[in-house]
Amino acid sequence: MRGVIDREQVLHVARLARLRLSEEEVERMASELSGILDHVDRIAELDLDEVEPTSHVVSLENVLRPDEPRPSWPREVVLEQAPDPEDGAFRVPSPQAE
Amino acid sequence: MDELLELTAVQAHRAMADGELSAAEYSDAWQEAAAGDGLNAYLWRAGDGGAEAIAVEQPSVAPIAVKDIFCTEGVPTTAGSRILEGYRPPYTATAVRRLLEAGAPILGKTNMDEFAMGSSNENSAFGPVLNPWDEGRVPGGSSGGSAAVVAGRLAPWAIGTDTGGSIRQPAALCGIVGLKPTYGAISRYGMIAFASSLDQCGPLTRDVGDAALLLSILQGRDGCDSTSVGLEEAPRLPDRENLDGLRFAVPSDIRGDAMEPGVREVFEATLGRIEELGGAVAETPLPHAEHGISAYYVLAPAEASSNLSRYDGVRYGMRAGGNGDLLEMYESTRAEGFGAEVKRRIMLGTYALSSGYYEAYYGRAQRVRTKIAEDFANAFSEFDFVVTPTSPSTAFALGEKTDDPLAMYMNDFFTVPMSLAGIPAISIPAGLAEPAGGGPRLPVGFQIAAPAFAEQRLLDAAHALERAIAFTAKPGEGNG
Amino acid sequence: MAELEPVIGLEIHVQLSTRTKMFCGCALSFGEEPNLHTCPICLAHPGVLPVPNEEAIRFALKIAAALECEVAPRSIFHRKNYFYPDNPKAYQISQYDVPLASNGRLGGVRIHRAHLEEDAAKMVHLGESGRIHGSGASLVDFNRGGTPLVEIVTEPDLRSAAEAGAWARLLRTTVRQLDVSDVNMEEGSLRVDANVSVRPAGSEQLGTKTELKNMNSFRFLEHGIEAELQRQRGLIESGQSVVQETLHFHPEDGSLTPLRSKEEAHDYRYFPEPDLVPLAPSEQMLREARESLPELPEARGERYRELGLAEDTAALLAADPETAQYFERVTAAADLEPRVAANWVTGELAAALRQAGEDGAAESRVSPEGLAALIGMVQEKKISHGSAKTVLAALVREGGEPAAIVEREGLTQISDSGELESIVDAALESNPNAVEQVRAGNQKAIGAIVGAVMKETKGRADGGEVNRLIRERLDR
Ligand SMILES: [Mg+2]
Ligand SMILES: [Zn+2]
Repeated sequence: MRGVIDREQVLHVARLARLRLSEEEVERMASELSGILDHVDRIAELDLDEVEPTSHVVSLENVLRPDEPRPSWPREVVLEQAPDPEDGAFRVPSPQAE
Repeated sequence: MDELLELTAVQAHRAMADGELSAAEYSDAWQEAAAGDGLNAYLWRAGDGGAEAIAVEQPSVAPIAVKDIFCTEGVPTTAGSRILEGYRPPYTATAVRRLLEAGAPILGKTNMDEFAMGSSNENSAFGPVLNPWDEGRVPGGSSGGSAAVVAGRLAPWAIGTDTGGSIRQPAALCGIVGLKPTYGAISRYGMIAFASSLDQCGPLTRDVGDAALLLSILQGRDGCDSTSVGLEEAPRLPDRENLDGLRFAVPSDIRGDAMEPGVREVFEATLGRIEELGGAVAETPLPHAEHGISAYYVLAPAEASSNLSRYDGVRYGMRAGGNGDLLEMYESTRAEGFGAEVKRRIMLGTYALSSGYYEAYYGRAQRVRTKIAEDFANAFSEFDFVVTPTSPSTAFALGEKTDDPLAMYMNDFFTVPMSLAGIPAISIPAGLAEPAGGGPRLPVGFQIAAPAFAEQRLLDAAHALERAIAFTAKPGEGNG
Repeated sequence: MAELEPVIGLEIHVQLSTRTKMFCGCALSFGEEPNLHTCPICLAHPGVLPVPNEEAIRFALKIAAALECEVAPRSIFHRKNYFYPDNPKAYQISQYDVPLASNGRLGGVRIHRAHLEEDAAKMVHLGESGRIHGSGASLVDFNRGGTPLVEIVTEPDLRSAAEAGAWARLLRTTVRQLDVSDVNMEEGSLRVDANVSVRPAGSEQLGTKTELKNMNSFRFLEHGIEAELQRQRGLIESGQSVVQETLHFHPEDGSLTPLRSKEEAHDYRYFPEPDLVPLAPSEQMLREARESLPELPEARGERYRELGLAEDTAALLAADPETAQYFERVTAAADLEPRVAANWVTGELAAALRQAGEDGAAESRVSPEGLAALIGMVQEKKISHGSAKTVLAALVREGGEPAAIVEREGLTQISDSGELESIVDAALESNPNAVEQVRAGNQKAIGAIVGAVMKETKGRADGGEVNRLIRERLDR
């Protein structure tokens, strides 16, 4: 099943990513992703058992910040960008129906 | 007037310091030039106003074009995406702050592939950027706007970001210099994240000297970025004139049909120049480099899928589907806010991280990344530099590759390995070549990579080579 | 059918009382106006980056030390990805396969792991808003978002709701003594979830577990677990099976209802946080954490047992640092036998305070020196035990010197034996049948005579002495 991603997987992944896809997007996505994964799957042939994964190229450790308060942002500045501000807060549709 | 625009940033800097050039007059000349943008390269220009928070009182350095991926307080910052249309950040990126503190006014914010995902600038929600050498062709991407304004004389210099080649490739396709510094040399704070473990800010300039000056302003450790290191010392202006005793490695496995004939010719010729300058050229294997694309197109989308999840219509930016429930709001906002390529990579990355596939994709890609870094380490034990063409082809026609994602991804073939290894690499214009399928000759870039934090050596060598190549061609001047 | 044995593990979130949030400089706050403590970082604006709070690491290391955990030489942060309005980045920075600390123990319960993470924001549901298909709206307040948390996960070592409650209290006392958190369940700085399952007694493998949330007091924790245990027993005994799910506890009626999942299929897509570098606590950081530990409840209980305190008295004081300290000041004030001082503190004094509707001894008007003096007077027979109670009640009311109160109330014990003897003789006179019965061998009857003497002396006589005198006379 690797390398080929079907319609159902596309829909599942789209839900995980909170993306609504149109019918044609689903079809196109399935074939495009399959094509890309087919190329990517070449790394499956490599012998990597003894190889450590790299998640950082920098060799730093313990980069920390002193526990000193910095002024927070004026609420009006913060809410200026909000799509639906209300009572000094960010209003969102209720998750209940989710 | 025009001769003002011909000065390099270094020359202008000296002239202003010596009082031979009025900073105001110089800035005005550039604002006027920027106003004449016919390439769709700028998304915002100082002339459009709203820049109070990022104003510079005493300009002392050439004004600069900034990729629209850097947050600038009060000034629209979109990362080329609908989802951030109209967003005005409440803060300014560290890299931009360093420019302001150095006395460099912001000339404008440049167009780019949406969230830096692309190699042609055709993925911008605000339309493609045109290549000043041939307006029917792409400038490369994702920092296409920054490359086009420098090549098109709409800005003296610019900054961009490079995740898998997004500075070097457009610099090559537009015939200018592009430098991707060592990962960690410049703060990422305020630089809108695409793939956090790969993203790096860097200069797009007319020559290597300007790149050195700009890097010296931008680099440095930043308390706001845990992964920033800075350089041991700020780079000096390069003055090296030969390449005596320096050893250049050509990856043996890339001498296939990976590139256009014209690109190959220029590449071979440049290797010849290196030898004329006293440098030694030999082949060395980089066995895992060819898997760079595979590893990159797992790791970068995986990180991106997470980095772009914050665009959810709750706190800022676009919101759609407000009448339904939360899920409907999320899905409508992201469906309408993101373009096709961004959706494609979010899907790819989400899939690669999803349960059952993590080890097969993300885990393996991280291990390939380790092998690629080892390959470079081995090469650098014998050589000072690794060289390749920057891009397999010259600038291609608008729309030529938009229907074939994989073909588009292959543009990054030569630039991705250095990004995965986190090492510095520079692209300098090496000559002109006839594009596959004919047409007027176009710039070809030559890429030089060095060990981590060896920026000074890299700039010195690139400068020497640049002098010898003496690339003087300009867009619009009969390059046929 | 075999007896069903409860198997309970706890998952605890402790809010650290640092000055600032986990990854940004915003000050921590509680119960303030919404969104007064936010910045681009804790609101997840484009381009921001997290930088970990040094003090939060120190606090977490103290907790790790108190729980006798092994600290990972090099732990990393992961991203836990899920969409929810209280999670601004749509990922929580947490720890996954390499937590800061693991393999600890507390009060006989094994600690599986303890790791650092960030708290979510607060959401207030406005309920129906007249929008289509009855979906209401919610307001998001990011003041709490980004507060440093230590998540502690135990092994499933608890065997009853009461045991779980007692252990959670021990954890609370232990952490409170570290000065790293308010550990207040009502305010949410201590949040305890429970993983509950049952299995045939003696069986080795675990049954299907459910996760209980929102039990915001120790009482609710016990109620919730008890209710769930009954539900699971009911299911199994009626031949049904338990479904793995998360249950929400409702304090109003103690009911449990299934919780909707925050993310499709709970696929959190964990991966290493590329914006943060590894955490490698230095030898010095570890030493500081160990050396900063005060005496913790377990050790204190041990020491008190060695001092000869009764098991339950030792346990009581071990779990109550303030009263324990009070007790030690009492013993120090007049070198009293620890056992005696402890019994007065947890007995007479506790009772007197309870009667007056007051809480801890430490906060009361009764000074440790005062109590020590009072105990001394009783031991030296200056006052009777009965009078001591009266004095104690007065001390609780107005504080002050016991000696003064004894003076004022004229409670000094009758030491003149002549006076006492005549009172005893009078009592014998006036209780002939009691005398009869005692002589007939009914020892209990002596109580009536003693009572009469005490009545006459208003309790100022020493009970022991009174008894002696009565017998002396009756044996003649
Ligand atoms: Mg947690
Ligand atoms: Zn904040």
